Amino acid sequence: MRTPLPSSEHLLLTAQLTHFMEDYARCLDQDDLERWPEFFADDARYKITTYDNIRAGYPFGMMYADSAAMLRDRVKALRNANIYEEQRYRHILGLPFITRAAVHTVSAQTSFMILRIMRDGQTMLFASGQYQDSIAIHDQRFLFEERIVVCDSSQIDTLLALPL
Amino acid sequence: MHASSPPAKHSPWPAGDLTRVPYWVYSDAATHAREQDAIYLGPVWNYLCLEAEIPKAGDFKTTWVGEMPVVVCRDESGQLRAFENRCAHRGSLLCLKNRGNASEFTCVYHGWRHDMRGNLTGVAFRRGVNGEGGMPADFDLAAQGPRQLRTTTLCGLVFGTLCADTPAIEAFIGEEILARLQRVLHKPLRVYGEYTQVMPNNWKLYYENVKDTYHSSILHAFFGTFKVSRLSQGGGVIVHESGAHHVSYSLAHQGGPDHAFEQEALRSNQEQQLRLEDTSVLHIVDEFGDQCTVQILTIFPGFVLQSIYNSIAVRQILPRGVDQTHLVWTLIGFADDDEAMQTLRMKHANLVGPAGYVSMEDGAVGGFVQRGIATAASESSVMLMGGREAKSSASRASEASIRGFWKAWRQAMGI
Repeated sequence: MRTPLPSSEHLLLTAQLTHFMEDYARCLDQDDLERWPEFFADDARYKITTYDNIRAGYPFGMMYADSAAMLRDRVKALRNANIYEEQRYRHILGLPFITRAAVHTVSAQTSFMILRIMRDGQTMLFASGQYQDSIAIHDQRFLFEERIVVCDSSQIDTLLALPL
Repeated sequence: MHASSPPAKHSPWPAGDLTRVPYWVYSDAATHAREQDAIYLGPVWNYLCLEAEIPKAGDFKTTWVGEMPVVVCRDESGQLRAFENRCAHRGSLLCLKNRGNASEFTCVYHGWRHDMRGNLTGVAFRRGVNGEGGMPADFDLAAQGPRQLRTTTLCGLVFGTLCADTPAIEAFIGEEILARLQRVLHKPLRVYGEYTQVMPNNWKLYYENVKDTYHSSILHAFFGTFKVSRLSQGGGVIVHESGAHHVSYSLAHQGGPDHAFEQEALRSNQEQQLRLEDTSVLHIVDEFGDQCTVQILTIFPGFVLQSIYNSIAVRQILPRGVDQTHLVWTLIGFADDDEAMQTLRMKHANLVGPAGYVSMEDGAVGGFVQRGIATAASESSVMLMGGREAKSSASRASEASIRGFWKAWRQAMGI
């Protein structure tokens, strides 16, 4: 199968999505966690899982929410309850590949690499994988209706505190 | 063959003392090497997999017994078999997949064939080519082969042992632990997901953490704050007489003020400040009908069964060198779970695993110790909470089950 040339509308949408994805990544990388739930619709689904779980048909992952409120609770727990050493992420994103586009929703897949920088300066490739997104277009804004984070590896080093 | 004392360069460890553990046990390479023989190949049942993971004839999964790679499979007659994942010939891994279905295992290196029991059944070019080469006529296939494990099943769990003296698993874990296992795994299981948490510490630091009932509502602020589990709730600890296995459990919080907890002024008591917006993660279905909301059960040397709210999981503790541990989580439920129960289990799974509101700290705290004791091989930790014995207790403000672990470990290691 040969890939058809994308239309200019398609390229515009890709560029707009790229901007949205980068905004999301900057939010996490800059420790602006309180803004993170705002990328999601009120009844959005967010899940972090692995390639192996998807392939085996297993529905569970490492993190699951079916409301933006659950995401706000996750931030509250990270800020107030959970213990983890100071760390931050650096997201390196691929271009979003649009798999389906309609008037008010778009589905896209975007590759990511996430480096984790620990307080002692150690930097490691913490996760790679693909975001599988369903995004609502509403009032000139994008909102995740679903964001499935599919990690390539089934191994997580030490802990997964900050969301991906 | 077994040394009767710790390495000479380290501090002495008085016989029978379970209240001090010298730090060299977490970093000494010779001790680590000896654990493979003395513990994993000894009279213990090693957890291998769930029956539900290999339901059909020919299904297999690769796993480990300590650091030994193992294939566990269901043979053509439906019997569970397990053998070392090592070719009879030159020692290559025989099976290179995580899971699958097969009728035999042929080594990719030189084509030596093995049946589903791990028996060597064929050697490529055994008779040579055109009458030249080949194996000597007296070569005996049956005399070669990877080590085979004896398997057993219990409540849908598959265990294996390499020791002829290991008693039946029911006798190995004893009646009290058996009853607490059967309480949870009381009907056919289904697998919901899996992942591996890589921990930067010796395996024993994680096993101690699982058995440590003292830390849970202190380290895990989420636990204490939302009354998932507090030391001041009802519950208890069951320690097997060998010390090897344990169960800890807590009952549902009865509500009302909690002075015993508040007096300690712990970081984990932030109930006034911290409220969840979406409380669905804290709704519980009392599926076992006994108001017991949290239960942690261990079977020595590497198995954990967890039921935390409606999240059920088995955890397999695998050493990976002296200072790394793989914790393999398998999230489970029951074959007859309806959609609502599946969703509930998925929400409660937020409490556990590397991203768990409760469990994430357990992934890190072993590394804190491993780094903290970097130069402390001749120093010891103190475990006097709840006395000096390794016995069952109604209080979880106790380190009894950790002392039990050391009782079993010293027995197995002859130290």
